[in-house]
Amino acid sequence: MSARGSLERERRQAYWLVAPSVLVLAAVALYPILAAVWLSLHRFILVFGERRFIGLGNFAYLSGDARFWSALGNTAYFTVVAVTVELVLAVPLALLLQRAFPGRGLLRAAVLVPWAIPTVVSARLWAWMFNPDSGLINRLLGGQDINWLGAPGYALHAAILVDVWKTTPFVALLVLAGLQGIPEDLYKAARVDGASSWRTFRSITLPLLKPALLLALLFRSLDAFRVFDAIYVLTEGGPANTTETLSIYAYKTLMRSGDFGYGSALSVATFACVVVLAVVWLRLLGRAEEGR
Amino acid sequence: MRRGGLGTALAVVAFLTFFLGPFLWQVLTSLWPDGELTRPWPTHLTLESYASVLWGRPFLRVVANSLGVAALTTVFCLTVGAAAAFALAKLEFRGRGVLLGAALGVSMFPPIATVSPLYLILRAVGLRDSLVGLALPYTTFALPLTLWVLTSFFRQLPDELYRAARVDGCTPFQAFRRVLLPLAAPGLATTAILVFIFSWNEFLYALTFLTTPEKRTVPVAISLFASEYREPWGEIAAASVVATLPLVALTLLFQRRVVSGLTAGAVKE
Repeated sequence: MSARGSLERERRQAYWLVAPSVLVLAAVALYPILAAVWLSLHRFILVFGERRFIGLGNFAYLSGDARFWSALGNTAYFTVVAVTVELVLAVPLALLLQRAFPGRGLLRAAVLVPWAIPTVVSARLWAWMFNPDSGLINRLLGGQDINWLGAPGYALHAAILVDVWKTTPFVALLVLAGLQGIPEDLYKAARVDGASSWRTFRSITLPLLKPALLLALLFRSLDAFRVFDAIYVLTEGGPANTTETLSIYAYKTLMRSGDFGYGSALSVATFACVVVLAVVWLRLLGRAEEGR
Repeated sequence: MRRGGLGTALAVVAFLTFFLGPFLWQVLTSLWPDGELTRPWPTHLTLESYASVLWGRPFLRVVANSLGVAALTTVFCLTVGAAAAFALAKLEFRGRGVLLGAALGVSMFPPIATVSPLYLILRAVGLRDSLVGLALPYTTFALPLTLWVLTSFFRQLPDELYRAARVDGCTPFQAFRRVLLPLAAPGLATTAILVFIFSWNEFLYALTFLTTPEKRTVPVAISLFASEYREPWGEIAAASVVATLPLVALTLLFQRRVVSGLTAGAVKE
């Protein structure tokens, strides 16, 4: 058997090995996305069985739909604030997890607890913490009766807190993986030069951590943008739609109103936002890698 | 140095309180006598809430449903994904990068984007209100996860193993089946744990596609837990603990694996 024939054969077998996965991905992801775009070009009410092509009619309506713009605003606000807070907490947490100190094993295990808890359960858990009458938060505030989830200014921030609690550990693990990739020698050299620990952090840790931080930002912002579970359980988008995100609005339109045409348009719009976000982040990430 | 030590200790306590406090409060709530929840402290602890969740509601049924869907998704994705992950890690072929990129892209899909067509597809094939049918949309997030984690595990196995198997006369597929797959067992276990946890926790698809109460999964059941007059906080807490403890135990038991799997692909070699 010639070397070339063997390579050819290897390539052919490779295609057979990946074929099932490719087919499954096409069936559960690619086809549904294309079908959703197609559905969004229709007027389609599920219960009436009414279905007719209306071109970009749904998107024309969407551009003037105040509820859509408010949902987009809520989603963007949620994403920006939640991801920022998570990153700001995750960097010191990761630095802490990297150090040797008594009780590190306990902390390492503890951070995985919120991560392992289903989002729905953590939302219920926090709903109880936020309970106006007997929740722990009002108890700790000395018997206040603030209705955290019922007040427009507070509710979205309560949802952000739930997200921060659940996902900061994941971000910290990504940052920790980045930290462990920084050569020990650099720190030794800095110590020999007598650099302060803040200076070392600013000049060595932070710049070398940049790719890991950008990657965490990419993962987390795309994930936060599709937020559904926590908010659905905490408030269902209320009070007065102040916590309604794109996923919640699309879900209600699809499953409660049974409007598959406009609901699909909302879903496609959400998808488009995520794609734009991903492209922007990947550009930044590419530039950061080049800069190294 | 002493100030650094104190700062570290304070930070550790703060993080521990933040991450564990709410969960411990939930555990305490589950043991709190139902009529006393408005009081500052319980007079005694009781297992009443657990009894009424486990025997007064179809909660064990719900747990079995979740186990079934999560197990089915895990087995399906590992079966389909292992061969592909091997090929992605060890074989040269066109479209390798594209496939890994596509898998990552799919895992970033907002699930809401595919809900309406998947609803129509599942309805058309008669699998909408079915636990087996639910495993299908679950592959949208589970298969990309499988591919990424497993590919990074196969990459860690030395290329020489594969080449030696080929020199000994194995076809690429035989090399995969007989040599590399057995060695990737820890990677398979890690992937299985992660896929299982993600499937167990999934909410949107389960909420959308299942309508019969007896078919609900754990997250859906817990989100809909209610009684006629007020929220049954004690029962919710008990159900949360029952639904969470196995996962927390699994995660802590396989801590190293979970962490390495979660960050696999994130750290390039």
